[in-house]
Amino acid sequence: MQPIIAVSQLSKTYASGFQALKKIDLEIRRGEIFALLGPNGAGKTTLISIVCGIVNPSGGTVLADGHDVVRDYRAARAKIGLVPQELTTDAFETVWNTVSFSRGLFGKPANPVHIEKVLKDLSLWDKKDSRLMTLSGGMKRRVMIAKALSHEPQILFLDEPTAGVDVELRRDMWAMVRALRATGVTIILTTHYIEEAEEMADRIGVIHKGELILVEDKAELMNKLGRKQLTLHLQNPLASIPAALADDPLELSADGNELVYTFDAQGERTGIDVLLRRLGEAGIDFKDLKTSQSSLEDIFVSLVRERA
Amino acid sequence: MNIYAIRAIYLFEMARTWRTLLQSIVSPVISTSLYFVVFGAAIGSHMKGIDGVSYGAFIVPGLIMLSLLTQSISNASFGIYFPKFVGTIYEILSAPVSPFEIVAGYVGAAASKSIILGLIILVTARLFVPFQIEHPLWMLTFLLLTALTFSLFGFIIGIWADNFEKLQLVPLLVVTPLTFLGGSFYSIHMLPPFWQKVTLFNPVVYLISGFRWSFYGVADVGVGVSVGMTLVFLAICLAAVWWIFRSGYRLKA
Repeated sequence: MQPIIAVSQLSKTYASGFQALKKIDLEIRRGEIFALLGPNGAGKTTLISIVCGIVNPSGGTVLADGHDVVRDYRAARAKIGLVPQELTTDAFETVWNTVSFSRGLFGKPANPVHIEKVLKDLSLWDKKDSRLMTLSGGMKRRVMIAKALSHEPQILFLDEPTAGVDVELRRDMWAMVRALRATGVTIILTTHYIEEAEEMADRIGVIHKGELILVEDKAELMNKLGRKQLTLHLQNPLASIPAALADDPLELSADGNELVYTFDAQGERTGIDVLLRRLGEAGIDFKDLKTSQSSLEDIFVSLVRERA
Repeated sequence: MNIYAIRAIYLFEMARTWRTLLQSIVSPVISTSLYFVVFGAAIGSHMKGIDGVSYGAFIVPGLIMLSLLTQSISNASFGIYFPKFVGTIYEILSAPVSPFEIVAGYVGAAASKSIILGLIILVTARLFVPFQIEHPLWMLTFLLLTALTFSLFGFIIGIWADNFEKLQLVPLLVVTPLTFLGGSFYSIHMLPPFWQKVTLFNPVVYLISGFRWSFYGVADVGVGVSVGMTLVFLAICLAAVWWIFRSGYRLKA
C-alpha cells in the first residue's frame, strides 16, 4: 500500500547554519500511530513543520497522500491537521468561532454538526462560547486539537501533545487518539515520554541530531524489551561455563564472578527452574541474584549515547 | 480558489474591528471632528477660500485621506503582525491557502474598514461644513484605490516589523509627515516655487489632489497623473507582497 507520508532525502539547514535535518528518509503507513522520539533540538519539530508547510525544506521531498507538500501544497495541506507544541490562541475569540475559523481556512464549508461533534468529543461543548483567554492551559490544548480536527484531516500531527498536561487529560488524549485511529486517521506524534510511545504507537522512530537512527515496529521493540536477564553472583569464580550448562543462553563475566542468563519473560517457560536445578547439580553456589528488564528508555538512551 | 479561507480571514478581521469599536472607529471620528472644529470652524472662518472653495470645505478631502491612510496602514499592519507576534500564524502557514488568498482576506478587511471609516468621516464633516461632490464615482474610486494601496503597504510593514516599535515607526516617521505635507490643509500652489517642486516627490500629494478634484473639480496636479501615481504605488506594493511570499521573508524559516 502506498505510504500516506513519504519523506525522502529531506534536509534542512537554517539561515544560522544550523543543520536541523540530515537527509531523512521515512515512510508513514496509512492508518498507523507513529511516535517520533528524540531529545530536545533533535529535529522533530522541524520535520513536522516542513511537512505542514511552516518551514521550507533545504533539500529532498515530502509526499502527503501522493501530493508534494511544496508543489502541490493545496491538496497536501487539506489532508493534514497540526497541533503545535506551543499553546498559541487568539485570546479574544470564542471557542466556537476559532474552531469554525480553522475549518473555513482549510477550505471546507461551514458544518456546525461536525464542529459540535468535535467539541463534544473533546469535552469542550460547555465552553463553546467562552473566550479563549478564560480557559485553563489544558482546555486551550483541547481547543488546539479541535482546531486541527475541524476540517476532518486524514493525517494528524501532534507535536508534544502531553507536555505539561495533567494525568487525566493525558489519558483523555490517548483515548481520543485511539478513537481517531479507529476512524482511519493516521497519527504522528512527537514525545519525550517513552511510556507514551509505548502506550500508543504502532511504530516508533528515533531522531537524533537531525538523523533518523531507528524506525521499528513497537511489537518488535517490545520483543527486545520482553527479554529479561537473570544475573547470578557466584560464591566462587568460574574459569569457564561448565559443559553441563553449555546449551543454555549463558554468559560468564570477565572476572568469572557473574553468570548472566537471558530469557523471554513473556514465554511459556522461562527455564529458570531448570537452570537452577542444573547449577545445583553442577555444584555451583551463588550468593545473590537479580533480574532486570531493558526498557524502551534504556534502548533510547543507549542509542542516543552511542551517537553522541 | 479557497473562497472559504478568504471569507474566514476576512470575517475574523472584521470581527476584530467590531470588538475594538472605540479604538478603530470612534477615536478617528472624534479626532477628525476636532480638526473640523479647530481648522474648519474656528480658524477657517477667518481665512479666505482656496481656489474658490471655502477653507472649511477645502480641508474635507484632505482630512478624509489623512484618516484613510493612517487607518489603512495601522489596520493592515496590526492584522498580520499580531498573529506573527502571538504565534497563531502557524495555522495560516499550514493551511491550503495561496498568498493571494491570505492577502485578499487581510488587506480586503483592512481596506473595508478604512473605507467605512472614510464614509463615516465624510458624513460627520457634512455636519460641520456644507460641501458638494462633483464626481461621486471618482470619489469612490480614489477612496477604494487608496484604501487598497495603503492597506497593502500596511500589510508589508506588518510582515517587516519584528517588534511593536517598528510597527509604529513607519506610520509615525514617514506617513504622518508625508500626509501633513501632502496638502491636507493647503494647496501646494501656496508654497514657494522650490518647495512646490520638492512636494511633487511626495506620493500623498497625488492622492489628496485627485481626491479633492473629485469633490470640487480643482486639483494641484492633473487628475490623470493622480490616478497614474496611485496605480504605480499600488503596483509597487503588489510586487513587494509577491516577493515576500515567494521568498518567505519573515514568514518562513
